[in-house]
Amino acid sequence: MIYNQKVESMKKGEMEKLQLERLKNLVHTVYEKVPFYKKKFDDAGVKPGDIRTLEDISKLPFTTKGEMRETYPYGLLACDLDNIVEIHTSSGTTGTPVVAGYTENDRSLWSEVMARCLAMTGADKTDTIQNAYGYGLFTGGLGVHHGAGPLGATVIPISSGNTKKQLQYMQDFRSTILTYTPSYSLFMAEVAGETGLDFRTLNLKAGIFGAEPWSDNMRVEIEKKLNLKAFDIYGLTEIIGPGVSCECEVQNGLHINEDFFYPEIINPETGEVLPEGEKGELVFTTLGREGTPLIRYRTRDITWLFREKCSCGRTTVKMHRLLGRNDDMLILKGVNVFPSQIENILMKIENTEPHYQIIIDRKSSHLDNVELQVEVEESFFSDETKDLEIIRKKIHNEMKQQLGISLNIKLVEPKTIERSMGKARRVIDKRDLPKAGEK
Amino acid sequence: MKVKQISVFLENTTGRLAEVTKTIAEAGINLRAISIADTADFGILRMIVDKPDRAMKVLKESEFTAKLTDVIGIVLNDKPGGLLTVMEIFNRDGVNIEYLYSSLIKEDESVVIIFKVEDIEHGLGIVEKAGLEAIASF
Repeated sequence: MIYNQKVESMKKGEMEKLQLERLKNLVHTVYEKVPFYKKKFDDAGVKPGDIRTLEDISKLPFTTKGEMRETYPYGLLACDLDNIVEIHTSSGTTGTPVVAGYTENDRSLWSEVMARCLAMTGADKTDTIQNAYGYGLFTGGLGVHHGAGPLGATVIPISSGNTKKQLQYMQDFRSTILTYTPSYSLFMAEVAGETGLDFRTLNLKAGIFGAEPWSDNMRVEIEKKLNLKAFDIYGLTEIIGPGVSCECEVQNGLHINEDFFYPEIINPETGEVLPEGEKGELVFTTLGREGTPLIRYRTRDITWLFREKCSCGRTTVKMHRLLGRNDDMLILKGVNVFPSQIENILMKIENTEPHYQIIIDRKSSHLDNVELQVEVEESFFSDETKDLEIIRKKIHNEMKQQLGISLNIKLVEPKTIERSMGKARRVIDKRDLPKAGEK
Repeated sequence: MKVKQISVFLENTTGRLAEVTKTIAEAGINLRAISIADTADFGILRMIVDKPDRAMKVLKESEFTAKLTDVIGIVLNDKPGGLLTVMEIFNRDGVNIEYLYSSLIKEDESVVIIFKVEDIEHGLGIVEKAGLEAIASF
């Protein structure tokens, strides 16, 4: 079922007309209401009236995650605070979060695009969605929740964690759709295996997985172990949350809700717009957001766009599943982490320049196992094991508190961490993730 | 008198202890006492040597994390109840022991036990007051 037949099956010309109309409105609005954008437009020597065609968008300046942090908390609001009905945040490099503010209309828009995504995977009012994305500031939980509403599907807002309960509810409520992170779904399969639960006896038909990178191999494994069809969903807090794009039954590329999120692919070095089919950095302009609309937001995600006659009947542009990122952001257990955050935390604890290495692996549990190796400096070395254990616990607790995830801390001897060309290799990622070089 | 102890951080990997021993041996340094404290992930090698300053120098040159700590070496009678004498005194006078280990030295009827106590000045005072012998160096 196509949730919004009219828009999702629109002819290219009509879609472009709609996008241009919305883009023109957007540039006028942000120029008038957001001083940050007025200054950026003025500095770039561009006026809202200069945007006459869709191609003119390339005249507009980019927005970066760094700028979103600098304008924390309300610097990018394009409406009165009174009109904001919901706020979400996502982590930034220095601990300052980026903020997304939603008006009532934004929330309806979010419901609409999420309903479309759910429908792409075959969901309708007869479905029971077990939503194990975390509820809270993270957009995953509430995003799916908002989308299930207009669809008329039943939501079980179970949130993340508590695997035994997840498995119990899956049986008791006869859930038909799971929304999780892909790695957690495999972990659940593992636990189910131990308790003797056979997924073939359940009612699951689809899993909608996102919030972290995963490979095609992993999809095959998930589909086999959970006995369902696994769909990739994409979104980011800055743009709206989940609902930006999703795979349809064809499972070949994610249809972008391009009437609301105008995509471009750029050369990350030069900023030049690349034609469809070429690989580069994904950039989005929000066409319809009122709270925190964004002009040409650089996602740092690497992919490419393509149009094809999709047998699902949708005509919207597709993006290939993500191929990586062009910054050093890591997604660990579904949480965005920059190595510089870890470095800052270590510096505060030890008061010295830390030598550390992050080793990420997904072993049989399929969950991200993150080991943080910290070299023992003379400044905190002690002849007593308890002193070193105290330091180890302190590092663990600080990381947990500030990053929101639990890392295994391992103290190592100095100079054991490989240093190449004077620059230490900070991250060793052994996970089977899509590589930027693949196409 | 205080004795200088060297501690070295070691990961629980094969061959690391051999590396330290080799570094010490090649510098012509003699071990007088040795012990290891270990956890699941790492160990701390503690040792008393005849030339502590030289040992520190060569260990640092070999990029080990090493550190000097003051400990007390008490000469005890090598017979049943020898250690008990000290324990009773320490217990009575509130000297907190962090750890202890035996040295490699044995002369006639006596041995040297190495004590790391919470407050070394206090500990030494008690040792001297009790008429026990604390050695100055090896």
